[in-house]
Amino acid sequence: MNDEIRQRRWTFLKQMMLIRRFEEAVATAGAEKAFPGHYHLYIGQEATGVGAMAALGPSDKIATTHRNHGHVLARGADPEACLAEIMGRANGINRGRGGTIHLCDPELGFLQTSGVVGSVVGLAAGGGYACKLKGDGSLTAAFFGDGALEEGIAFECLNIAALWGLPVIFICENNSADALGMAKGGYPTLVHAANDLRSIPGSLGIEAIRVDGTEVEEVHRVVAHAAAHCRAGKGPLFIETVTRRWAGSAPLWPELATGITDIGMATGRTKIDDGPHSYWYRHNDPVLKLARQILQDDHSARMQIELLDEQTQAHMRAVVERVHQSPYPELATATDFVFAQGAA
Amino acid sequence: MAETSISTYRSAIIDALAEEMRNDAGVFLMGEDIGKAGGVFKQTEGLFIEFGAERVIDTPISEPGAFGMAVGAAMTGMRPVFEVMFGDFMTLIMDQLVNQAAKVAYMSNGQFTVPLVVRTTMGTGSSLGPQHSQSLYAWACHVPGLKVAVPSTPADAKGLYKSAIRDANPVLIFEDRMLYGLKGPVAVGETSLVPLGQAVVARGGRDLTVVAVGRMVQHALKAAERLSEDGIEIEVVDPRTLLPLDVETIACSVRRTNRALVVDGGAQQYGAGAEIAQSINEAAFDWLDAPVMRLCAENIPVPISRTLEPLVQPDESRIVAKVKELLVGHRWPDREDDSP
Ligand SMILES: Cc1ncc(C[n+]2csc(CCOP(=O)(O)OP(=O)(O)O)c2C)c(N)n1
Repeated sequence: MNDEIRQRRWTFLKQMMLIRRFEEAVATAGAEKAFPGHYHLYIGQEATGVGAMAALGPSDKIATTHRNHGHVLARGADPEACLAEIMGRANGINRGRGGTIHLCDPELGFLQTSGVVGSVVGLAAGGGYACKLKGDGSLTAAFFGDGALEEGIAFECLNIAALWGLPVIFICENNSADALGMAKGGYPTLVHAANDLRSIPGSLGIEAIRVDGTEVEEVHRVVAHAAAHCRAGKGPLFIETVTRRWAGSAPLWPELATGITDIGMATGRTKIDDGPHSYWYRHNDPVLKLARQILQDDHSARMQIELLDEQTQAHMRAVVERVHQSPYPELATATDFVFAQGAA
Repeated sequence: MAETSISTYRSAIIDALAEEMRNDAGVFLMGEDIGKAGGVFKQTEGLFIEFGAERVIDTPISEPGAFGMAVGAAMTGMRPVFEVMFGDFMTLIMDQLVNQAAKVAYMSNGQFTVPLVVRTTMGTGSSLGPQHSQSLYAWACHVPGLKVAVPSTPADAKGLYKSAIRDANPVLIFEDRMLYGLKGPVAVGETSLVPLGQAVVARGGRDLTVVAVGRMVQHALKAAERLSEDGIEIEVVDPRTLLPLDVETIACSVRRTNRALVVDGGAQQYGAGAEIAQSINEAAFDWLDAPVMRLCAENIPVPISRTLEPLVQPDESRIVAKVKELLVGHRWPDREDDSP
């Protein structure tokens, strides 16, 4: 293993830990009723967002869904601004207007994060069209759940993207294995007649790849391949990342199924017993998994991993503290930006 | 006296659905997460157990397709109740609703009917943000061929659902999510029916008529209590259905009180408030001592923030203030200034 890969793994671990601790903070604040409303956590899917974002370039565009916290953080947004947005504060990334399902930062290349399942696929195809017109080698990546493929707009835009050879990477995060899905036998999903989601883009001639979405390196490799394909003008690609979403999303599963993550389960400090979640701890949790991979390569990394985790937790604690004390928007700002201001 | 019991708004609707499903084997429910999960707002709880997966149908996240099927099934003799999880997602079913369901009876010269109910939720107060909090009933009202109900109490919710399911036309019912826990008396069986197109005087008064829509009725009733302490007696009229709109009951009230305020939780611009206000102008102009006024939602997307969200829709205090303004400060403009 070369140093570049070693270095990248650390970067990945750092980002994935940040997302994990961030989402735990969201769930905790939600349980404490520190903010009203719903939320959808990214726990279990961190390897997909982090691996994929690392393969995109600075001028690439991104469109994503209701489960967007991980995407926005993986792209480099400020966790404080993100949490403030979820909690409706004036210093939120969208000044407390959009909230959890609309975290968005155009400077990071986000077109939009949409709460209407499926809509994001249309926006992304449009972004891809703009990238193609610009001809600067940029592309658009769409992140969406398997549920988006139940919507007609997904098929319509896959068709157009294929027909027009648009530089779009369609990244479908299939997380149906857990929550309700596992009870029904896991993949692909509960409500698709197609028992292999790749056959949907496949029927339109779009190359479709399935990847283990808990393996950050794998996701990174596949998305890098897709990006090169798009930049070479070869049109869209479809990637199904098989992930396991495990934490709650209010309102349907409003608690952290496996509690606050204990990194000791990766470093060997904490014993994993044979309780109901042992399979998750041993095999599915992408953060524990990556930490173990780093350790396998370098046994002396144990302290460093635990230190990184402590620092991340301390950082998030400070963020939470500051966000709790941050102000709500001024009433007079309620009508700002109902219409765009100034010339386009 | 009809037999009544106390029920929440939520369970009154569930009772209505259950009673109609027992009455008529053609009635079935369609929607996302309404089956075993019992609805994301527990709005179908228990129905899956009694009626099973064939009559409490979980659809994929395919609103246009699934709703198109509901329209087809209705034309073929069934009576589907189709749930759109959030009223905001009505936008997804627009073609099937506006160009198909609403027009079928007319286009076929009455040979086909579309007896279906669209059930959906709306309203502010849950911090769900701009794509999950709109009150879009005025959109539906713009389409000839649809009926639209906005129940404000458990009794009306039950009674209107029962009537809607029996109606030969597509009927949309908008439920304000903040009402789900509201308790009130509800009648059993046939005595619980509330006809579509019949307004009700929710509270009698002499000084001014407040016509309020949906949850705004609850705000208006609370405002009425506060105003009463100051010696002001407002009459609160609840149209219950916006289409057909019972203009006569509303106008009768205004002819007695001589003043009217319309309170509407939908955005003001081109909304239900404007329609009701103008209907009053046309039916009771000679009785008015002041212009009919509106108090509606702001013309802004519904922000998620705790400080901003409550600004959007009218509430009790704003109704109180507006009524006072209308009673003391807001007479007809002084015409003498206009004379040449
Ligand atoms: C058009 C539309 N219908 C319904 C919903 C309600 N809803 C929110 S999340 C969700 C499930 C989406 O599943 P999937 O796309 O697989 O993403 P996941 O939440 O599993 O990550 C649904 C149905 C919605 N947001 N938009």
